[in-house]
Amino acid sequence: MTAQSPIVEFQSVTKSYGEGPLVLDGIDLAAQPGEFISLIGPSGCGKSTLLRLIAGLSSITGGTLKIEGREPNQESAELAFVFQEPTLLPWLNVSHNVELPQKLRDVPASERAANRNRALQLVHLADRGDAYPRQLSGGQKMRVSIARALTLDPKILLLDEPFGALDEMTRERLNEELLSIRDQQSWTAFFVTHSVAEAVFLSTRIIVMSANPGKIAHEIAVDLPQPRTNEIRLTRPYQDLVAEVSRLLRSVEESK
Amino acid sequence: MRRALTNILLPAATGALMIAIWYAIRHGLSEDFKFLLPTPGEIIESLDDNWSILGRAVYNTSQGALFGFGLAIIVSSLLALFMSLSSLVRVALYPYLMILQMTPIIIFAPILILWVGPGLKSVVIITFLICFFPLVVNTTQGLISSDRNLVELFKMYRASRWQEIRLLRIPSALPYFFTGLRIAAVLAPIGALVGDYTAGSSAGNGGGLGFQAIIYSSQAKYPALFATAAVTCILGFIFVAVVLSLSWLALHKWHDSYQRTDD
Repeated sequence: MTAQSPIVEFQSVTKSYGEGPLVLDGIDLAAQPGEFISLIGPSGCGKSTLLRLIAGLSSITGGTLKIEGREPNQESAELAFVFQEPTLLPWLNVSHNVELPQKLRDVPASERAANRNRALQLVHLADRGDAYPRQLSGGQKMRVSIARALTLDPKILLLDEPFGALDEMTRERLNEELLSIRDQQSWTAFFVTHSVAEAVFLSTRIIVMSANPGKIAHEIAVDLPQPRTNEIRLTRPYQDLVAEVSRLLRSVEESK
Repeated sequence: MRRALTNILLPAATGALMIAIWYAIRHGLSEDFKFLLPTPGEIIESLDDNWSILGRAVYNTSQGALFGFGLAIIVSSLLALFMSLSSLVRVALYPYLMILQMTPIIIFAPILILWVGPGLKSVVIITFLICFFPLVVNTTQGLISSDRNLVELFKMYRASRWQEIRLLRIPSALPYFFTGLRIAAVLAPIGALVGDYTAGSSAGNGGGLGFQAIIYSSQAKYPALFATAAVTCILGFIFVAVVLSLSWLALHKWHDSYQRTDD
């Protein structure tokens, strides 16, 4: 056993909405600090619900869920959510959008600006601070959304299919950028995706889920070397893992 | 540049054509009926002759329109904020807003005169009543129509209720608010005119345009009556132009309705 206590811990967690059927059933999952965990599975397997539970946007029905040893939705847990859509405020320019989470927590203006500049540099948009969201491409909007999430220096980063709507080239570039940001910071990530290649490239661990009700079907450790760059996509171990995860995903989808 | 020129020349040509048709009709009328349709020249002349009276009437009507419009903006915004807080409040108040809108001003005017007397106060209240409904309906709709994802984002960052209203609900409502404002800006001068027509007074510093219309009509001064109509139109144009400018200032940087189209 490691001495470190998990940063996120699910124990026999169940979730249903109202009187409806179980969305999640018997979820046991412990994440160590610094892990990058991808959640993959057929639609309706509850992977997005799982993120929402961690975020405190939704509450568990049964079992226990601890974030840093506490109940979710406590002020102290610093976590950030990157949604499927960039969810930027269209009436604010990039700078003000990135500063929003700090503004909501009454961070002083000078500190806000410093954090904002640092975050925009991380996503290579330092020179677009005055642009409005509608002037940006899909990939740039997503970068702004990620920069916004990073300004609060989160311990846990929750990403719900953030690159799903982007073209393949942009997606691969942003995958690489996300990893290089992670090398400079130290958050634990939960990443929902439909792309096996993306999951293998980014993760330290992949959770394959099955649907009706949502359960954890398989766990695959991804022990590819770090830091990772795009070249890794050409290596044998990477390709073997992609094949393995694809096979597991197919078996889950066929058995439902 | 070419586009800007087209935008000026095309309406100008339409205007010229309409005036030409106007003169043609007038020319076709027999001498006995020429009084029915004064020429634009006669109308401008009469405007010049009656300017001391009409100018004061414009001033009085503008005052009534501005106060009524302003009051409607303030009260409707506050009420919309209140109604946006809960669907129960909306359900409770909506029927009465409808009734307020349905009340015929023509019948309400004598009651108003009874309550507050004829003159500016009555004109302001009638303008207020006419402008109020489109404003409150649009603004309320705007306040409750914020993007669900953005609402979730605010919840996620544990924004307070007041932060959510100030930083999310109100900016999201702006395009709706301006839609209501545009409708109300068209209605405000008409409201003040109707108010003046039904509940105006020559007491104090004289009546407004509606009051003046009654006088010209009874004196059979038809060119002056046409001049009154023209001045009312211009007043309406000014109201709409100001509101369109404000709307542009508030929205052009970010809202899709001001998206530049490449052509």
